[in-house]
Formats: sequence, structure tokens, C-alpha cells
Amino acid sequence: MKTIHADQIRDLVAELCIRANRELPEDIVRAMTGAAGSEPWPLAKETLSVLCANLDAAREKALPICQDTGLACVFAELGQDVHVEGNFQEAIQEGVRRGYREGYLRKSVVGDPLRRVNTEDNTPAAITVEFVPGDALKLTVVPKGFGSENMSRLAMLKPADGVEGVKKFIIDTVAAAGANPCPPIVVGVGIGGTFDKVAALAKHALLRPIDQTNPDPYYAALEAELLEEINRLGIGPQGFGGRTTALGLCIETMPTHVAGLPVAVNISCHVTRRASGEL
Amino acid sequence: MEYRLQTPITKEQLSLLRAGDRVLLSGTVYTARDAAHKRLMELLDAGQPLPFPLEGSVIYYVGPTPEQPGQVIGSAGPTTSGRMDAFSPRLLDLGQSVMIGKGGRSAAVVDAIRRNGAVYLAAMGGAGALMGACVEALEVLCWEDLGCEAVRRLQVRDMPLTVAIDSTGESIYDSGPAAYLNSLKDK
Repeated sequence: MKTIHADQIRDLVAELCIRANRELPEDIVRAMTGAAGSEPWPLAKETLSVLCANLDAAREKALPICQDTGLACVFAELGQDVHVEGNFQEAIQEGVRRGYREGYLRKSVVGDPLRRVNTEDNTPAAITVEFVPGDALKLTVVPKGFGSENMSRLAMLKPADGVEGVKKFIIDTVAAAGANPCPPIVVGVGIGGTFDKVAALAKHALLRPIDQTNPDPYYAALEAELLEEINRLGIGPQGFGGRTTALGLCIETMPTHVAGLPVAVNISCHVTRRASGEL
Repeated sequence: MEYRLQTPITKEQLSLLRAGDRVLLSGTVYTARDAAHKRLMELLDAGQPLPFPLEGSVIYYVGPTPEQPGQVIGSAGPTTSGRMDAFSPRLLDLGQSVMIGKGGRSAAVVDAIRRNGAVYLAAMGGAGALMGACVEALEVLCWEDLGCEAVRRLQVRDMPLTVAIDSTGESIYDSGPAAYLNSLKDK
């Protein structure tokens, strides 16, 4: 049994909020610079190089990469042999509060979806806890911008729709999103489970580094096929046309009911942020 | 083509711009996004004056990050313009001449652009750190309770923009992807 204090959790979450908003994960940076090198359409190539220059500027000037510093999605992998001293959830909320204040990040959360008054500290965060073996606590902060979140969709397909129906729904969703989600995008796909679980799967898919394929060769092949098809749509960076519409696509699945085929597409922009730390 | 534009911008100047042209914009720009647009509509409905003159105005759809000590503004890239589609035709009919944002617009907005000889310019979505560097002065005009959505008056210099929808209604979001896809057919 290991004891982790709420203060340690708060401090780590605050640091991760700031780091995630200033520096992209290595896999996303590699994909962006790679795309800027290989993009055949001149305007798209130039657009990608401006976006890469923005990443450099943010790092050098300690500025947020994008002004939409997101709703903080916090994923906790909590070892079952960990004892948390203090209030676990409140420690995460306080970490978000501090990180967004001390990092000069934008406060983008309204306390009620209809009455819409800004909470002015970017809380509450959206917290997901998963219990895992061991005595460590891994925290990942994903600041999620809503330009792309708004373009996400969910469908309860019929089993008879099969893989072709799933492919069509994913491609249609990306095509309908067009320029809005700030392409080049990252596509998180959930297939299976229930109405609520499939959306969580799609969000979780955005946590996987985009250069790691699904461990199941069937889904790895499907990921590659869909990414190629998306990059034939012609939307391109910023929607100005070009090959690079998506940088990566990750699929997560779970068992489902005999009568159903849920599918969810969670779209993320070229500023796909995540930062992790362990206690 | 690349144009340097300084506010106030005339309708004649705007009529020269074509979808895909580059613009370096300098001068006065007002910020307003979702909540501020809703309040502008409420003022218009009540017949009350607006916080800034609409005639010939440039509105940038942006909610910047807070400025750090010594900075004029934080990161300041565009938000998705489509959410302002319900409001823009009315503002264009009342004199607003330039919108700055990102992403496509509705048919009603395109009609209002044509009808008024206005233009819609795209800023680089997700390039907040670079866009913020073009802002030389900032003043919060009103609605501070809206936080990042408060209306601000910005003085910008050489703000890099792309003509997204020109005064004839042509859109880069249609013509750009079409030109790229056509280039593949030629091969």
C-alpha cells in the first residue's frame, strides 16, 4: 500500500495543464513536421509550415499553442494498492484551477449548459478514473478544444450495416466537419459497447500516440484504410485543400449487444494535446 | 495576390479581393464571439446603441487567453465562424464589412456577403501564439463579465489572413479542395 497525498495530485495536475497547452506530444509534432515535408499541394505545404512555426513560437515564448485551451479532460489510472490521503476528485479540480490560473490559460467553462455563466477557473474538469493493478497513479491531462469536439458524432448502427456502414459513418463525419475542426485532424473512433461507452471509447482513442497502431491486425488495417480514405477527401490543412486532412486515426473497441453496432467519432484538431505524469 | 489593407477599408478595396488571396491587415479590429453576438442582437432588438460603430467595421471571432505580465494579449487565433451564422447577416446589412474567423459559412451569410459587398477572411486556426503577435494594443470595450468573450478593441499590424469568401460569394472552402482534387485527375 502506497500513500499519495492530495497535494501531490493537485501539483501534478496543475503542471500537466500548463505543459499540455504549450508543448504537443512528440508523436503529433513528428506527424506535423512529416506532413509539412511530404504534402504535395503548395498552399497546404505552406499552411503546415506556418502551423509548425506556431508550435515553435508557443514553446519559445511560453504561450498556449491555441487560444482554446480547452475543457480539461483528466484521465487517472489509479493503482488498487494506492491510498489517497485527502479528497481525490477535489485535488484534481484544484490542480486544474491552479494550472489554468498560473499558466495564463483561457477559462472556457460555463457552470450550466443553458444558463451559461463562466466559472472563471476552468473547472469542473471531466474526470475519468480507471482502476489498475499496482501502487502507482498515472494522470493524463487532455485539454479538449470545442471547435473539433463540436464536429464529433455518434450513431447506433444496425449489425447488418457491418464494417461498411461503420466506414461510411466515419468518412461522412469527417467530410461534414470540413474546415471547422482545424484540420489536419486526429480521429478517435469507438466501436461497440453501449450508447455511453462508445463515446468514452472514441475519446480514449485520442489518448493513444498516433504512430502506434491497434494491437489487433484487423483493426490496424482498418485504421490505415480509413486514414488513407480521409486523406483522399481533399479538405487539407485549414480546409483550403490538400492531401493532409488527418494526421492519424485510432480505433478502440469493446464487446456489444447482439442487436447493436454503436459507433462514435471524436474529432481532435491539429493541436491534439495530452500530457502525462506518474506518482 | 497579396494585399496590404489598413482600416477603414472601403467597399471598392474589398471588391478587388478574390477567394484565396492573401491579406495583411492593419488597424482597428473588434472582437466578438458567441455570447457577445447574442448581446449585440439584444441591443439591436431594444433599439439601443452598440458598443462600437458597425459601419465599415471588422469583427474578429476570437476569445484570447489572458495576457501575461508585459504582454498585450495572449494566444489569439480564430474560433469557428459557423456559430455566428445566425447573427452575421443582420450585422452585415447594418454596415459591418469584414468578418474574421475560420471554417465555412451558411448560404444566408454568403448571400449577405454578396448583397453588401462584404468579405470573410480566414485567420490561421490553431495558430494562436503567432496570431497574438500581430496585436499591438488591446482595450476591453464592454461585457467584462463574459471573460474571454468580452468585446475588445484591438490595434493590429500585418495580421496574416486569407480571403475565405470574397464579395462575389466564392469560397476557398469549395474552390481550394476542388482545385487540389482536380490536380490529381490530371496525373
